[in-house]
Amino acid sequence: MTRTTLALPMRPELRDPAWRGRVFWALAALLLLWPALVLTEFKPWVLLEAGTLKSTLKFLGDFVPPKLEPEFLLMVARETWRTVAIATAGMVLALLLALPLTLLSVRALSISALSGRMALMPAVLRQGVRWLLILLRSVPELIWALVFVRVVGLGPTAGVLAIGLTYGGMLGKVYGEILESGESHVTASLLRNGSGRLQAFFYGLLPQNAAELTSYSVYRWECAIRSSVVLGFVGAGGLGQQMDASMKMFNGAEVSTMLLVFMALVWLADQASAWLRKALG
Amino acid sequence: MQIRLENVAARHPAARRDAAAALRGLSLQVAAGEQIAVIGPSGAGKTTLLHVLACALPPSSGSLQLSGRDPWQLPRRQLQRLRGELFLAPQVPPLPPRQRVVTSVLAGRLPHIGLWQSVRSLFYPTAIAQADAALARFDLSDKLFDRVDRLSGGERQRVGLARALVADASLLLVDEPLSALDPTRGQQAVASLTEAARERGATLVCTLHHVEMALRNFPRIIGLRDGELAFDLPAADVTPERLQALYAQHLHELTGPAPSEELPAAVSPHVVMHCR
Repeated sequence: MTRTTLALPMRPELRDPAWRGRVFWALAALLLLWPALVLTEFKPWVLLEAGTLKSTLKFLGDFVPPKLEPEFLLMVARETWRTVAIATAGMVLALLLALPLTLLSVRALSISALSGRMALMPAVLRQGVRWLLILLRSVPELIWALVFVRVVGLGPTAGVLAIGLTYGGMLGKVYGEILESGESHVTASLLRNGSGRLQAFFYGLLPQNAAELTSYSVYRWECAIRSSVVLGFVGAGGLGQQMDASMKMFNGAEVSTMLLVFMALVWLADQASAWLRKALG
Repeated sequence: MQIRLENVAARHPAARRDAAAALRGLSLQVAAGEQIAVIGPSGAGKTTLLHVLACALPPSSGSLQLSGRDPWQLPRRQLQRLRGELFLAPQVPPLPPRQRVVTSVLAGRLPHIGLWQSVRSLFYPTAIAQADAALARFDLSDKLFDRVDRLSGGERQRVGLARALVADASLLLVDEPLSALDPTRGQQAVASLTEAARERGATLVCTLHHVEMALRNFPRIIGLRDGELAFDLPAADVTPERLQALYAQHLHELTGPAPSEELPAAVSPHVVMHCR
């Protein structure tokens, strides 16, 4: 009995066969990570050098107390409101862009695909629209904002246009995915009985997926609020632009007030979106 | 609507190439206004036959003529218009779970009303009385404004049938209307269907598992077996021997209850949340 238990771990076929693979992949990951660290000049110890530490602490020290003068607070409130407005207007623009493109690209609304393969022309059109959506979405909103700041000048318009274009592509693509992943029986039955594509959309596809579509849109609106703050840094208006200005002036007190307001805003948007999505269930 | 099938073979588009066709060399003629029940064991090709008649599935060989026209020769737009004159009620009622019953029923009218009216009808239904009358035939008036996902399986199936009555179709193709209904409700539903088809002079083709119900309500019975025509007879001439032969090896289907297809539950798939 004791002899067998002692002998057991020694038998080679009882070694964990996964062990070697695990060690190999762990080492391989470290090896691949190394050039990435070198390339990104990852030197965290710079943070602790005396010179850097001193200026960092001075900047951070300015954060307390946050600036709370009424005039400044009023300005922050106005810019916060502008940030929300940029995000909302951008979302509306994105919706105006995404809805028609989604309808054009959704395969579930194909009449020719009801009986076998989709006809050539509709297939080409749908794929083309899909590529357009991917193109719109693949350019980050920050790049669009930089472009539009040059075209329409500094201010919220650039932010609205940037969010509208990128989010239009994003919404269009994800809407298409949602509409195609659901049960197609209802829509196909309507089309098979002679309904038009838009009728089939309103009576079949939309009621079937409305909750998911709305929930995703609300979530994107929340993302747009966060994104519009970042866009402010390149001059597209709102809270971000003010934060950028204060940072350049090394005015820690103003930065800290605006950071706190920003965090509160994101938290509020998060709560509102979670509540809405739950209500839609 | 008049139907003429000649030597039609058909297979489901998703079927394997080497699989036997669901319909093999079927020839059939139906005069306008006739009422026909299609019976036969599972896998005999009943649903495929309905799909061919509904212009949902092109025959792989042979010819289909509806009122003297071959639908598959028509341009796509005209084919879609022709589909508006047919109505195929699938076995699983195609109802979105969050839709209200009144909207679901009125969706049967879509091919005959314009886009504008159909959108307006979403905000305030434009033919509530019509929907109510159709539902009343199936004893469902009280569910008019309920949501579809609050209904039982049998109620949903009857809502699907009510939609067929609202459709202004001259050919009604009904697939297994009784799979979720008890015998009393089933008899009532079949009677309502045949009566409504008779009133508007529409041709009615109905597949049924329930042989007794078919013989009692339909003047002409078509027996399908392995995709081929087993018999095409007046109901009175369908003898127990013929039924035995039709359902050989499937006798439990002849005597037992119809195998009911599970109604899909209203599941909401997980939503992908990604920032980019």
